[in-house]
Amino acid sequence: MIRTALLALGLCAVALPALAQDQQVLPARPGMPITNRPEPDEQIVAGLSRDNIGITTSFDGSQILIYGAIKRETPEPEGQKLAVIVTLEGPLGPVTIRKKSREFGIWVNTASVGVAAAPSYYAVATSGPLGDILNRRTDIQQRISIPLAMRAFSGPITVDDSIPFTEALVDIRKEQGLYKLETGGVHIVDNTLFRADFALPANLTEGDYKTRIFLLRDGKLVDKYQSAIEVRKVGLERWLYTLAHENAALYGLLSLALAVFAGWAAAAIFRFVR
Amino acid sequence: MQIYLPIAEVSVNIFTLLGLGGIVGLLSGLFGVGGGFLITPLLFFIGIPPSVAVATGANQVVASSVSGVLAQLKRKAVDIPMGLVLLVGGLLGSASGIYVFNLLTELGQIDLAVQLCYVVFLGLIGLLMLQEGIRTIQKQRKGGGVRKKRVQHTWVHKLPFKFKFRASGLYISVIPPLLVGVAVGILAAIMGVGGGFIMVPAMIYLLNMPTKVVIGTSLFQILFVSAFTTLMHAITNQTVDVMLALLLIVGGVIGAQIGSRLGARLKAEQLRILLALLVIIVAGKLGLDLVLHPSNLYSIATGGE
Repeated sequence: MIRTALLALGLCAVALPALAQDQQVLPARPGMPITNRPEPDEQIVAGLSRDNIGITTSFDGSQILIYGAIKRETPEPEGQKLAVIVTLEGPLGPVTIRKKSREFGIWVNTASVGVAAAPSYYAVATSGPLGDILNRRTDIQQRISIPLAMRAFSGPITVDDSIPFTEALVDIRKEQGLYKLETGGVHIVDNTLFRADFALPANLTEGDYKTRIFLLRDGKLVDKYQSAIEVRKVGLERWLYTLAHENAALYGLLSLALAVFAGWAAAAIFRFVR
Repeated sequence: MQIYLPIAEVSVNIFTLLGLGGIVGLLSGLFGVGGGFLITPLLFFIGIPPSVAVATGANQVVASSVSGVLAQLKRKAVDIPMGLVLLVGGLLGSASGIYVFNLLTELGQIDLAVQLCYVVFLGLIGLLMLQEGIRTIQKQRKGGGVRKKRVQHTWVHKLPFKFKFRASGLYISVIPPLLVGVAVGILAAIMGVGGGFIMVPAMIYLLNMPTKVVIGTSLFQILFVSAFTTLMHAITNQTVDVMLALLLIVGGVIGAQIGSRLGARLKAEQLRILLALLVIIVAGKLGLDLVLHPSNLYSIATGGE
């Protein structure tokens, strides 16, 4: 067990400069000289079909292919079941979960729980049933399964039991296609090559998406690979969004001018037609 | 064909939006209402976040009222001084309405407030219109009928700050129109509507204004109040989605022209009863949602408490 923890701490690969928080915890990457720490017997070599997604006006979801291979210097260990998990995580943001109850005959929001950071999108693809291929300890350390993707509560907790609230958050986002667990979503060929396809929904928020690949043997972490995908509004979308936030008064006036012009033009055109 | 809305951050079918705008425009052309009371709940229904739906609805109302005011100005059916008094009240109301809106959003009660406003006001006005429409038809069947006395002296005429409103032929205090303006402004900001369906009855029954100037004057006031509301939402919440507004406006403009042609073939009382039924259905649907057990007790909102 101690060996597993050491491996997890010291030998994980950070491929691209991703989230600073994780980099502090995981400073190592294969190939860099790190003294006194053995390299894992098996390493992940991976690639993404694309490392940025532009949200254009006609954006209608996107496909991402994450593929890779398992690099071995020594022969494959015998008898230990190999598994790969790939996660794709959207930018974190605060979320408030509210619960309705009946007051004076109508349904009113009466209780709420704030989550300081929940990913806007979180997909987990696995090569087999999560319970079989991942042990609880690794799951907690690496925050792999969906409920663990959420971070600390925000503000004082005012309800007796917050679990139904976070479960509701997961359920609602699953229904919206924003959180998903795809068992069997990772295909492994000859215990060496693997690939996972992700279909990103159309209602995507922009930000840095983090992709992580975990190589597991008998539920224990062998190697980890991390990379980032940049999702940005581009073109007109970018321009309007920036204007609306950085120059709100001008944007408001622009919207008004457009509405006034449209109203006037409609009246003028139809008068002409008559 | 999908389009990604930059502020709402959702992807919606273009034709759904054009169709929505078209249906609302059709109704507004048919019945002479702004249609804001329909567009906002319909936008909720297709998954636009409520705050964006309300702010963008106000922007759409600007376009349809510009169209309307231009037509009414040609017919000299706008009482501008009265419109200005209503406007001052409306701006005060709108500013406080936005404040209330933001407060309720923080408390997590905005959906409830908007729904309650819709149920109460739409329900009330729908029933009143239905009652009056049926009564008019009954009178016509009997033939002739007695004309209602229009000028009634009530407490309204005893208030100070009297002013002569020439186009309306009224000599009344500015306080009642100011209060009507404030009330409509508050509702407009909270519900994302122009408020015509509340203002028109108030002008006829509370202020005793002649029907011929009511619609033009109400549109004149609505134009400025919803412009102000749009601007306030854009500045304080950044929730006006110009792309969404544009598609709704294009659909609405076309629908309105078709609607006004269709409307010319129907009788005024029939139109009024149809509108009343429509209003009651919308109010009834929203009312049921409040009373029936929701399918999911939990709801989520992005952003902290």
